[in-house]
Amino acid sequence: MGEPLRIVVAKPGLDGHDRGAKVVARALRDAGHEVIYTGLRRSAQQIVDTVRDEDARFLGLSSLSGAHGHLFPKVCELLRTEGLNDVIVFGGGIIPEDDRNALFECKIRAIFGPGTPTSEILEFIQASNAMDDAGVGQPSTWHWSSEA
Amino acid sequence: MQGDRRSLARTLTALENRSITLAEINAIIGEEKSESEHWQSLAITGAPGVGKSCLLDGLLRSWSTAGLRVALLAVDPSSPRSGGALLGDRVRMTVVDDPALKNNIYLRSIATRKASGSVPLIVADMTQFLLSLGWDRVLIETVGAGQAEVRCAAIADRILVVEGPARGDGVQAEKAGLLELADAVIVNKCDLPGANRHADELRESYELGTGTSPPVMLTSALHGTGIEEASNVLLTLPSSGRSQRARWRERLLAHHERKILEAPELDDLLEKLASGYMSLDDVIRFIGDNKNE
Repeated sequence: MGEPLRIVVAKPGLDGHDRGAKVVARALRDAGHEVIYTGLRRSAQQIVDTVRDEDARFLGLSSLSGAHGHLFPKVCELLRTEGLNDVIVFGGGIIPEDDRNALFECKIRAIFGPGTPTSEILEFIQASNAMDDAGVGQPSTWHWSSEA
Repeated sequence: MQGDRRSLARTLTALENRSITLAEINAIIGEEKSESEHWQSLAITGAPGVGKSCLLDGLLRSWSTAGLRVALLAVDPSSPRSGGALLGDRVRMTVVDDPALKNNIYLRSIATRKASGSVPLIVADMTQFLLSLGWDRVLIETVGAGQAEVRCAAIADRILVVEGPARGDGVQAEKAGLLELADAVIVNKCDLPGANRHADELRESYELGTGTSPPVMLTSALHGTGIEEASNVLLTLPSSGRSQRARWRERLLAHHERKILEAPELDDLLEKLASGYMSLDDVIRFIGDNKNE
C-alpha cells in the first residue's frame, strides 16, 4: 500500500448521534487510512472548508435525522463551487431506499445503511479510489451497489 | 487568498508524501525569509487530556482577532499496527468555524505515519513553507509522548508545555523531560483543585535551577479564564535560554537523521552495508562529506 488515504468523516446538521460515524472512522483507521473526524453538528460550509484544508480524498457524510435529502446535496454543491471536484463522497445512516437515487444523482457514490459490514465500505473505498472520475464534480454516473 | 487554500493544502500533502521537496517549492515560489523580532514557530506539547486543543482554540481566537494569520499543524500518532490514524483535533476547534476569523487560520492534521523518525523533518518543512507564504505564526501541536514528538517540539522557535492540575506530589515537577525544554508553562484546568499548587511547585522547581525561569501561567480553557493574559504573554515570549543545549541536541539529531534519510545514495549504501563492503563509520563519513544538500 502507498501513502494512507485522507478521509474526512462528518456529521452535517442537527443530529447528535455519532456512533455510526465513529464505527466507520475506526474501521477506516484500522485499514491504515488517516481519518479526520469533524465532530457533531457541522454546517455544509464547515465540512467543505475541512475537506479543502485537510486535502482529503474522501468525504463520508453521516445522517440519522432525516435531513439527508437537504444536507447531502448542499455539501456536494458547495464542494463543486469550491472546485473540489475530485473528492469522492459517500453517505450513511438512516437513508430510505426511495431517497437514494436522488443522492446518487448528486454524485454521492455510495450509501451505506445499518448493518453494512465495514469490509464493504473498505471495498468501496478501494474501488472508487482506483477510478479517476468518481469525484463529486466528475462525469461518471457510477455508484456502488450496496447489499445492505 | 481563499482560492489559494486548496493549492496550499495540496502542496503540504506533496511535502508529506515526499513527492516534492522544500527546495523545489522554493525554486518556484521564491524563498522569502521574513524577518521578525518575535518567534515564528511555537510548539505546544503536553500529556494527552490536559486540554491542549481547547487551549489552542482560545489562543487562536485571540491572535486571529488581533489580525495575525496563524497556521496550526496538529500532529497525532499513527497506529503502529495499521499505520492509520484518527485525527480528532478539529472536534474542539470552534474558531475555524467562525466566518469572521477563519481566513486568518489554517488548521492541518498530521499523522506521524510509520516512519515516525522522519516526522520532525516534514513538520519543519511544512512550517518553513507556511512562513514563506506569509503566515505570521505557525503553531505545532504535539502529544508530548515519544521521541518523535519531543523532536517535533524542538524544531520550533519556542516551546509551550501544557500541564493539568497536580496528580502526584511535588516530585512530579522535578522530573526531567519536556519541562526542561519549556519557554513557558501553562497549567490548564485551573478551575479544578490542585492547579494552583501545581503551578507553585513548578515555579519553585524552576527557581532551583539556573537562568531565567519561564513564565508559569494558569488558565481554564473551558471557561476562558486567563486565556487573554496568556495569549499576550506568549505573543512576545522570549527564549528561556536555559535549555539551548538540549534543544540544539534534538535539532542536531533531527538534522543528522534527515541527512541520512535523504541521501540519494541511501539504497546503495544500505546494500554495501549489508554485503560488508562498507562499515557504519564509512557510511557516516561518506554522507558527511557529501556536499550536495
